Amino acid sequence: MQSDDVIWDTLGNKQFCSFKIRTKTQSFCRNEYSLTGLCNRSSCPLANSQYATIKEEKGQCYLYMKVIERAAFPRRLWERVRLHKNYEKALEQIDENLIYWPRFIRHKCKQRFTKITQYLIRIRKLTLKRQRKLVPLSKKVERREKRREEKALIAAQLDNAIEKELLERLKQDTYGDIYNFPIHAFDKALEQQEADSGSSDAEEKDDEEDKEDVGKREFVEDDEVDESDISDFEDMDKLDASGDEDEDDKSSSEEEEKAVDTKYKGKAPLKGPLRRKKAYVEIEYELETEPEAKAKTT
Amino acid sequence: MAKAGEKSGGSGNKGLKRKAATEERQEAAVAEHGTTESGVQPSKAAAFPPGFSVSEIKNKQRRHLMFSRWKQQQRKEKLAAKKKLKKEREALGDKAPPKPIPKTIDNQRVYDETIVDPNDEEVAYDEATDEFASYFNRQTSPKILITTSDRPHGRTVRLCEQLSTVIPNSHVYYRRGLALKKIIPQCISRDFTDLIVINEDRKIPNGLILSHLPNGPTAHFKMSSVHLRKEIKRRGKDPTEHIPEIILNNFTTRLGHSVGRMFASLFPHNPQFIGRQVATFHNQRDYIFFRFHRYIFKSEKKVGIQELGPRFTLKLRSLQKGTFDSKYGEYEWVHKPREMDTSRRKFHL
Repeated sequence: MQSDDVIWDTLGNKQFCSFKIRTKTQSFCRNEYSLTGLCNRSSCPLANSQYATIKEEKGQCYLYMKVIERAAFPRRLWERVRLHKNYEKALEQIDENLIYWPRFIRHKCKQRFTKITQYLIRIRKLTLKRQRKLVPLSKKVERREKRREEKALIAAQLDNAIEKELLERLKQDTYGDIYNFPIHAFDKALEQQEADSGSSDAEEKDDEEDKEDVGKREFVEDDEVDESDISDFEDMDKLDASGDEDEDDKSSSEEEEKAVDTKYKGKAPLKGPLRRKKAYVEIEYELETEPEAKAKTT
Repeated sequence: MAKAGEKSGGSGNKGLKRKAATEERQEAAVAEHGTTESGVQPSKAAAFPPGFSVSEIKNKQRRHLMFSRWKQQQRKEKLAAKKKLKKEREALGDKAPPKPIPKTIDNQRVYDETIVDPNDEEVAYDEATDEFASYFNRQTSPKILITTSDRPHGRTVRLCEQLSTVIPNSHVYYRRGLALKKIIPQCISRDFTDLIVINEDRKIPNGLILSHLPNGPTAHFKMSSVHLRKEIKRRGKDPTEHIPEIILNNFTTRLGHSVGRMFASLFPHNPQFIGRQVATFHNQRDYIFFRFHRYIFKSEKKVGIQELGPRFTLKLRSLQKGTFDSKYGEYEWVHKPREMDTSRRKFHL
């Protein structure tokens, strides 16, 4: 013979109930058929012989009912009714099944059913949206990658690499006319000139040297001859280098180099060797940009 | 008798301890005990039985002492050897053999058969017909869309803003829960050429997805060491609107080439040299370092650079053939740590 009060007196209040969980402020009921989930006299499924709940399985909601007539048959204790998918119709079903039942149980059943439908709707919405996939990180791998990154950063020497690359680009003339560094352009043009007239110069110089040895010994450098000739021959650099006389040849070939000098913002060394001579003719040079001429080039 | 001079414990006086004997040194030469030599090579005192090692001493302090002494001796020998070598080099002067090149990981890199030869025709042909060909032929100019993952936090938002100042012709849009697969057709219809998505985790940006839009490849990177502008020391003023130059360093293999081209296609073709700004993607050991600098040529041999802009490091995680599709996409290359990270000298980019 089942007496609810006795059950509640022992299990609920005084002695041990295996479904009960106590916290500082409240106690909960872990029983799967519990309607509210709290541990009270009116919502304990063990201490109420007439009881009903709503349970959800795989998206389907069921109404479970227990009456005292079946208390002796544990296998048939709980009666299950599948509820309609439509919310209003399901509420009507609950009402019709729990007609004449205590108000509390009816109300709580409807509340529980509402909550369940709400969370089912949310599940369906969320599965349609993109889920955030959590990828587990291995601590070992992360540590290893971090260390390798540090080492790679040191090995990269970024500043040096960038500076080198920029200087390379400057040399390759990708920047065009924006930066005019004189030595740079002068060197390049000089190399070009030497490459072009390299062979012819060599031959002429051999001839000149032979004749010089025979005649005079004063001449030390090639520039010497230029001082008298350069103003005359300034425009002749474009004409053929091989003239009739040897001197003309010499001067014109050398003068080419000198013309190159004057074109590329003339160099101070022009004045240097000239100053060494004892007697010379005063010649005016036309330098393209005055300030550059004073710049130190070597 | 051997223990007579022994001093146990923490006395720091080495000379005395050298004279002290342990159980192993009982067989040692007796001569040492009476001497008052100090600061002499401990090797003179050692006449241990063969097969003895410092690790066999049971007493921890003694063992530690013997070990540190041994270490000091090793260091001295090494220093002496170095000095001798240096003297020999100086003595030889010009005739000295060239210094041996130290081995580095980059020197010892495992040979990769996909390293691109500059004259390779097949690669040149491939590159002329791949998805970036239209960019490199100057037919299209880049238009970039920068966005983040859902609900970005402060750092990510600021990084997006700074990135949009670095990359010309780029727009930042907030992702308000939209699916990438839906964003992509809209972008294509509005003539965007590239899509950058910065992924965020725990309030810091940690991933970057770079997708070339009209059905181009999608690269997924892991982003680390993100430094925003205010965290960079000695930085210059904010970058101007000039189009920067690009430097791509060390992209040697085929994979590296395609990734390099992807980065190059982010920037317009005509860098404005007046702006003197340069964006660098430097690949070192599979880590791509991004930097943004302003440079100035002090002379023809010297250039000064000043860092502006954000900096971060990228590591390629996967390269996918089409646009972003994580489930059904066709992956050209995926980084598998267990197979690919085993050798310290093998790199893929």
